[in-house]
Amino acid sequence: MASQAPATRPNADKADLLDLHGRLLTIRLAEERLGRLFADGEVPGFIHLSLGQEAVPVGVCRDLAPSDAIASNHRGHGHALAKGMDLDRFFLEILGKEDGLCRGRGGSMHVADFSVGMLGANGIVGAGLSLALGGALAHQVSKTNGVAVAFFGDGALAEGLLHECLNLGAVWKLPLLFVCENNGWSEFTRSADTVAPQPTALAAAYGIATETVDGNDVLAVREAAGRLLALARAGKGPGFLECRTTRWRGHFEGDPQKYRAEADLSAATANDPVSRHEARLVEMGVTAAEIAGLRETVAARVEKAVAKARAGALPDFARALGDVYTKAGA
Amino acid sequence: MAETRYGRAIAKALEDAMAEDPAVILFGEDVAKAGGPFGATRGLLERFGPDRVRDTPISEAAIVGAAVGAAMGGLKPVVEIMFMDFITLAMDALVNQAAKARFMFGAQGSVPMVLRTPHGGGIGAGPQHSQCLEAWLAHVPGLKVVCPATVGDAYGLLRAAIDDPDPVIVIENKALYAAKGELPDQPEKTPIGKARLARPGRDATVVTYGASVFTAIEAATTLAKEGIELEVIDLRSLQPWDEGAVLASLKKTHRLVVLHEAVEAFGVGAEVVARLADIGFDELDAPLLRVGAPFMPVPFAKSLEDRYRPDAKALIAAVRRLLA
Repeated sequence: MASQAPATRPNADKADLLDLHGRLLTIRLAEERLGRLFADGEVPGFIHLSLGQEAVPVGVCRDLAPSDAIASNHRGHGHALAKGMDLDRFFLEILGKEDGLCRGRGGSMHVADFSVGMLGANGIVGAGLSLALGGALAHQVSKTNGVAVAFFGDGALAEGLLHECLNLGAVWKLPLLFVCENNGWSEFTRSADTVAPQPTALAAAYGIATETVDGNDVLAVREAAGRLLALARAGKGPGFLECRTTRWRGHFEGDPQKYRAEADLSAATANDPVSRHEARLVEMGVTAAEIAGLRETVAARVEKAVAKARAGALPDFARALGDVYTKAGA
Repeated sequence: MAETRYGRAIAKALEDAMAEDPAVILFGEDVAKAGGPFGATRGLLERFGPDRVRDTPISEAAIVGAAVGAAMGGLKPVVEIMFMDFITLAMDALVNQAAKARFMFGAQGSVPMVLRTPHGGGIGAGPQHSQCLEAWLAHVPGLKVVCPATVGDAYGLLRAAIDDPDPVIVIENKALYAAKGELPDQPEKTPIGKARLARPGRDATVVTYGASVFTAIEAATTLAKEGIELEVIDLRSLQPWDEGAVLASLKKTHRLVVLHEAVEAFGVGAEVVARLADIGFDELDAPLLRVGAPFMPVPFAKSLEDRYRPDAKALIAAVRRLLA
């Protein structure tokens, strides 16, 4: 993993860095809270946390417009929040309530907010790739200058659909960014045991522009994504960004992770994207009180969302039944 | 009114829809430069250009997945899967993505896409190019499934499918592409979910769809010589299907058989007769019957395939059972 020393960027503006920190903290604190709610039995079903990977969605989504589309995967909380999904309706959804963004029908694995271009977390590994491809096609056909981003893990490198999408994206020169969050794990198995190629080598075979970044450095992610997105918007075709990152938790919450070495588990949190960005803030002259204040503000915002979600009404069955089709026939 | 081929009616429907709405785009294998494997998209690239009419690689999963994403992004994509057998490669996009999106995301949006694909045998295409898999799709909440038999419905159902805000699978038939029929100069759209009375009759009802409509008409013509009058209902739409029209016919004839080229077991016919056994029980003067293909893959050799496909003779035998 890359060096821990935060790079100093002369043009980095303090307010901008604080804004990024707020975004990182929103995901971090929301997911830590979800982890506790899950442990307390308040979250139905199962959830996959992206703790340790927050810098990737924040860095990639920071400069996207709401009209730019993203498609996500089962570990999609960070993508949803980074793209601007409303925090209250995010918690309402995951707790299975009527006022959730998906009216309690999708839950953690399907959080979506079309109004901010978030085309859904997805329960099928690799499926978001083709949805993003279609989103990019819509932008290209409609000549909007918009882009689409597909977030997927290194486990999805073994899905055949990735080949189809890399190929079709390259053939059509779509405004599309493939973002591979490489945390080294394909569910419960080391990707090194199941995936032969290096991610960027795979993309390069299609003539796609690639970059590999330290995925736990939010600025590095943002800048690399910015370069590839600029190419995509300019009609140069898709980009492929490999973000090397760390999965702190199990594949799902409650996963005992017996397959994971003790040393690997204890080292996981060492390279924390949130504290690394915090160190950068300190170096910029942001005071400890300011940083603590921001954390308190975000924590209070999360608690408010949790309270709202707990109090939310249960979903309406008749309404759900009526929403299978827009226009029921016969 | 002019005589038109079924395949040409599809091309006209696409042309009219694309002329009317710039959001309608078309992509699939060989649909642009080659004009479609069955010629159903001929001339559209020339008229609408390469942005809206696109050849794809041989990538069924990406084709259908991209259609779902593009539909979420505001377009109305119409994609073609060359043989219905190949939807197996795109089932995630259809079943887990297209069908679920509206419901699963709390009706934030819908997926206004159309997938055109031909089913059916009779041309010696063998086990992987002849299947009728419509029951799979009709079984999935969120998908609509239509199956035009006539030239008019080839046009009208496709137009309605493109207008529909939800994902619609339009199942064509390879044996019908060259069939001729009348198409008005200003053809109408065929509402999804409405059956058509293909032939009125009083003695027994045949419920069918697609190319089997013509098999039913053939059987009806034969039986008419004996004074037996079959009523033939062309479902046109399989999901949703017009149970009201079928029940009305049963009330008239009190005898009913479903005919389809698909495998009989667990098929569309099973759903129709199960439903009619419930809502039409008091009307029945005979058991509800099904005539479909035997439980085996579609064989290649003509002698085998001829025996495999349900024909007028098989239907007539079933009708005789109804009337016995």
